[in-house]
Amino acid sequence: MSFLELLINGLRLGSIYAIIALGYTMVYGIAKMLNFAHGDIIMVGAYIAFCGIQNWGIPPVPSILLAMLVCTVLGVAIEGLAYRPLRQATSLAVLITAIGMSYLLQNTALMIWGANTKSFPTTFINNSSISVGELTIPSATLITIAVNIVIMVSLTLFTSKTKTGKAMRCVSEDRGAAELMGINVNRTISLTFAIGSALAAIAGVLMCSTIPSLAPTTGSMPGIKAFTAAVVGGIGSIPGAMLGGILLGVVEIFGNYYISTDLGDAIVFAVLIIVLLVKPAGLLGKPMREKV
Amino acid sequence: MTKAKRKRLIYNLITFALVIGAYFIIQNMIAEKTISRLLKGLLVPICAWIVMAVSLNLVIGFSGELSLGHAGFMCIGAYTGTIVSGWLLAAYDMQDTTLRLVLAIVSGGIVAGVFGALIGIPVLRLRGDYLAIVTLAFGEIIRNLVKWLYVGTKDGELCFSFLNKDMPKGVKMLVDGAQGTKEKIISTFPAGVILVLVTLLIVLNLVNSRAGRAIQATRDNRIAAESMGISVTKYKMMAFVTAAVLAGMAGALFGLNSTTVEPKQFSFNQSINVLVFVVLGGLGNVLGSVISAVFLTVLPEVLREFSDYRMLAYAVVLILVMIFTNNPLIRSFVDRLISPVRALFHRKKDTMPGGDLQ
Repeated sequence: MSFLELLINGLRLGSIYAIIALGYTMVYGIAKMLNFAHGDIIMVGAYIAFCGIQNWGIPPVPSILLAMLVCTVLGVAIEGLAYRPLRQATSLAVLITAIGMSYLLQNTALMIWGANTKSFPTTFINNSSISVGELTIPSATLITIAVNIVIMVSLTLFTSKTKTGKAMRCVSEDRGAAELMGINVNRTISLTFAIGSALAAIAGVLMCSTIPSLAPTTGSMPGIKAFTAAVVGGIGSIPGAMLGGILLGVVEIFGNYYISTDLGDAIVFAVLIIVLLVKPAGLLGKPMREKV
Repeated sequence: MTKAKRKRLIYNLITFALVIGAYFIIQNMIAEKTISRLLKGLLVPICAWIVMAVSLNLVIGFSGELSLGHAGFMCIGAYTGTIVSGWLLAAYDMQDTTLRLVLAIVSGGIVAGVFGALIGIPVLRLRGDYLAIVTLAFGEIIRNLVKWLYVGTKDGELCFSFLNKDMPKGVKMLVDGAQGTKEKIISTFPAGVILVLVTLLIVLNLVNSRAGRAIQATRDNRIAAESMGISVTKYKMMAFVTAAVLAGMAGALFGLNSTTVEPKQFSFNQSINVLVFVVLGGLGNVLGSVISAVFLTVLPEVLREFSDYRMLAYAVVLILVMIFTNNPLIRSFVDRLISPVRALFHRKKDTMPGGDLQ
């Protein structure tokens, strides 16, 4: 494979990580919690889209929309039922709850869809490709990258221009002060979970059309890697999630190709450790200041 | 002797007495053959998980740092233990399994401790959730690297190779990449119990010493502790490296208890399992960690026939326990319900530090 082809594959994988990382980083920024169940929402989204196309005979685009809808409802329900009662609790209690939620989603999926790996329909996204000189780029790659850019731009506009988006930034900066200013904190947090979960559904479909296998544990490893990407980019920062996601995706593909397959994971995590040693708040994160 | 000291002594004595008492009861059951085969096979793993839980409690409960890579240290210990044991047999023809086990456990602890120090020095500068994600990354790196490690013995010499299985002919494999370790079972239940007792001795003495109070001070308020002249990095390192050594020892015990252990047994989920032992047992509560490690290791095995619903129920229980113990409304409601009962036993409210979920 040529260098350029690898780079494009890396961008594709990185775009998927970036979309997942956006969900992590927004939830962390606003609710200050590691939502370990996020990876499993990806899996649920992918399963819904899979059932939509394969079993219920719904065309691809409406099934993706259906997956987004289900994931949004699921995300908001999880937040309301499990995380909201723990708003005042220690971060460790919330973390354990999130892990419990992750197990719950995985095992429910195991019951509904079984342990067998399902092969995701790859003809989902039109399988043609575009040739530029010697390079052939599958259209799925282009779509993935384009979707990523659209999401990135619209989220940035949303958080900087709209009133709700500004409210989200306020809550992430200082929850108490935001509440005093008349911002409904609970509703803002719910909205964040809704957006993050809808993005997770898109990421799930894109991921499973890259690696066409689907099992109840499909979401956990990409989830952890996307979270790593969010931390590398600076958690809480939307451009940071994008940068971190793309960086890790490219590093993973290059590592797999030039060093060894299966060592890609180790290299990704090594990048995280190196970045945090040099910049403890991540590439684009703001350093925390301690008040005495 | 002050009241607090006496209370601590009683608590420590109860902890030791429970472990030793349980040991004699089980030995008796083994002698009379009333113990089920399932439970007998679980005895050594239970000891290993107790050591894991108590050592992780030292990091999370006492020094207040969230570590999600504890299984990584266990993995290092298991592999080191296997290699050392195999090497001793091949190079020095050491047939005494007890001595080999002890040396394997000690070396597993030392190597894990070295890794703990290497990862701890840079990483303990990070705070809170960042530390959690870096330790998680560390555990995953270790698991991915040992997948590509090949170690064998030939004519009493060790041969290593990494990435490619590049071994001389007639070699006896000790570590075979993704297939995991190959070694005879030499761990015994008495050795496991002794390791548990040593762990309890180390941890209980450490947390009740001057250094232990310094460790807890850095947890309670980092800035205040620093301004009192406590070197935060030094004491956090002390807790972290001690925990790594103990986890390595537990790993060696665990690794030598089966003919093969695979890298995937030390995944992120295993670290999470130990974390759940610690949190359900109570942060900073050593006896709680011991009990929950035993209970949560035995229960899933006993409930094996309900395997479909087991993990589902586990997840639901985990979430409910967290909500019930941490939601202020529910908590005050429960407190009001049980306060008349509590008043019968205690005249004052229990003030033991960290004796409960915070």
